[in-house]
Amino acid sequence: MKRDVKVQLVQSAPVLGDVSRNLEAHLEAVEAARDAGADLVVFPELSLTGYFLRDLTSEVALAIDSGVVERLAEAAQDISVCFGMVEEADDHRLFNAQVFCEDGRVLQTHRKVYLPTYGLFEEGRYLAPGDSFAPVDSRLGRFGLLVCEDLWHLSSSYLHFLNGVDAIVCVSAAPGRGVTDPDGEISTARSWNLLLETQALFFQLHTVYVNRVGFEDGVLFWGGTKVVSPFGRVVAEAEGQDEAVVSATLEAGALRRARTMTPTLRDEKSHLVLETLMRMRHGNGPEEPSRDSS
Amino acid sequence: MGTALKSLPAIHPELATDILVRFLREESEKFGFARGVLGLSGGIDSAVSCALAARAFGPENVLAVVMPYRTSAPESRAHALECVEVFGTRVREIDISPMADPYLADIPDDDRVRRGNVMARLRMTVLYDLSAPENALVIGTSNKTELLLGYSTLHGDSASALNPLGDLYKTQVRQLAEYLDVPEAVRDKAPSADLWEGQTDEQELGFTYAEVDALLHLQVDRRLTDGELAGRGFDPAFAERVRSMVARNQYKRRPPIIAKLSNRTVNVDFRYLRDWRH
Repeated sequence: MKRDVKVQLVQSAPVLGDVSRNLEAHLEAVEAARDAGADLVVFPELSLTGYFLRDLTSEVALAIDSGVVERLAEAAQDISVCFGMVEEADDHRLFNAQVFCEDGRVLQTHRKVYLPTYGLFEEGRYLAPGDSFAPVDSRLGRFGLLVCEDLWHLSSSYLHFLNGVDAIVCVSAAPGRGVTDPDGEISTARSWNLLLETQALFFQLHTVYVNRVGFEDGVLFWGGTKVVSPFGRVVAEAEGQDEAVVSATLEAGALRRARTMTPTLRDEKSHLVLETLMRMRHGNGPEEPSRDSS
Repeated sequence: MGTALKSLPAIHPELATDILVRFLREESEKFGFARGVLGLSGGIDSAVSCALAARAFGPENVLAVVMPYRTSAPESRAHALECVEVFGTRVREIDISPMADPYLADIPDDDRVRRGNVMARLRMTVLYDLSAPENALVIGTSNKTELLLGYSTLHGDSASALNPLGDLYKTQVRQLAEYLDVPEAVRDKAPSADLWEGQTDEQELGFTYAEVDALLHLQVDRRLTDGELAGRGFDPAFAERVRSMVARNQYKRRPPIIAKLSNRTVNVDFRYLRDWRH
C-alpha cells in the first residue's frame, strides 16, 4: 500500500430499475466524498440498478462504454469511484459487475463469479458468471474486488491474498433474515460479520464492506457497511438499516504491522495447494486419505 | 409433545418490530403512501398489525375499521375499541349487517362457512373502498400459521397491500403482542374468527397453535423429514395431516392460474417484482 487511503462508503438504497435516478444520487455522493477529502468512494452491489431485477436485468443493462458509465468515470477525478451495475458484454451476455474508475476512466471491472441461485436468489437465471479475481492496480494501492456471494467462497479472498492485494473491497446487496438471536442481531448479519473479520484475520488485509439498505418486495437489506482492519477489528461501521455514509482511513502502517506480526503471506505454501489441485484434477476427484500406519 | 413444543424459537421482539415498522414505512413511501387502513377485529393479529402501523405512520395516519356483523360477539367490538384507545389511531365503526343480510338471506343459517366467507369478503370490500378516500394502503393481518394452513377466506381477510405478520407464526405474534402492549384482554382470550357464536380456532382446527407452530417451523423452515419429526416426538398422523393442509391450500397463496398461450405470460415468464416502478 502506497499511503493511507481515505475511503467513503455509501450505504445507499438504490431505486429498483431507475438508472437515471440512481446515477444522480451517485454523482452527488461522489461530489460529497471529494469535498470530504476522500480518496475512494464505494457504492454497493448493483448500486445503479437495484437488486431483484428479474426481467428488468436486460432492460437496465449497460455497455461499459455507455454514457452513464462515462459520466461516473468523468466524475472520478482526484477520487477513485467504485460502483455496481449490470454490464452487457459485446456478445450480449449480462454480468453483475463492480466497476472501478479513476483518472477519468474505467480502470477495471470485476464480474461477479459466484451467482447465488438458491432460496430467494435467482441470479444464475439472468446473469453470466465472471471468471477471474484479477486485482485492481489503483493509484492508491492494490485492491481485490468481491461481489457478495464471492466472499462466501474462501478461495476468492485467498486468490486476492496470493495476488498481494492491500485491501479487499467487498460489496453486496445482502438480505437480512432471522430475528431469533437473543442479542437482537439479524442472523445473516452475524454470519457476514464473522466471515469479514475472519478473512481479514486469515489474510491480514484491510477489508472494506459496503452493503445496501432498503426493501425490495418485503426483503430487507441489512446494511452493516464497515471497515475491518488487517488485525480483524472493526474500525468504522454504519449502525442500523438507514442510508448512511461511513468514512474511514485504511492505514498503510497497519497493513505493515499486521504482516510483520503474523507473516502468513510470507509463509504461505501456495504450491501445496496447486500440487494438490493438480493431483485431484488428474485423479478426477478428492484425494484418498494417506494409508501410512502410525 | 412437551419437548417438541420447545422447538419454535422465540423472536427478538424489538428487532422484529424495528424491521416490520421499517417495512411498512418504506414499502408505502415508495408508492407515495404514508397512511394505513386495517380491519380491527378485537383479536390479537389485527391488534398487532394496528400497533405496528401506528408506529410506522403515526397513529393519526392509521384508520382502524371495526366491522361487526349482528351475530359478532359484543366483546370483540369492546376489545377492538380498547386497542384503539391504547394505540391512539383513528377509528370508524361500520356494521356490515345491512349489506350482508339481503345476500345472506339465500344462504342457510347452518352453512356457517359460506356465511362467514361472505362477511370476510364484505369487510375486505369496505377496507379497499375506504383506502381510496384515505389515500392509504390496506395493511394485512394474516400470520404465517394461517397462510400455511389456509385458515383464512380467499379474497377476504387474506387480502391486503402490505402484510407485516405473514412471516410470523401465531405463537410469535403473541410474543410481539406482549412487547407492543396489546391489551391483556386481547392477548389472553382464545383466538377466534368470530364468524359464529362460540367459535374458536383451536377447537375448529383440532390442535393448538403452540403444537402446530412447533411442527410447521420444523416442517417448513427447517425442512425436517417425517422420520426426523417422529424422532422428536411428533405424532406421525398429526404431522401428515398438517403437511397435507399446507399443500392443499397452496391455491390460496398464489394468484389465479393463467392458461399459457404466448411467450411471455403474466407471473410465469413475465417476471417483475411488485416494487417494479415507483
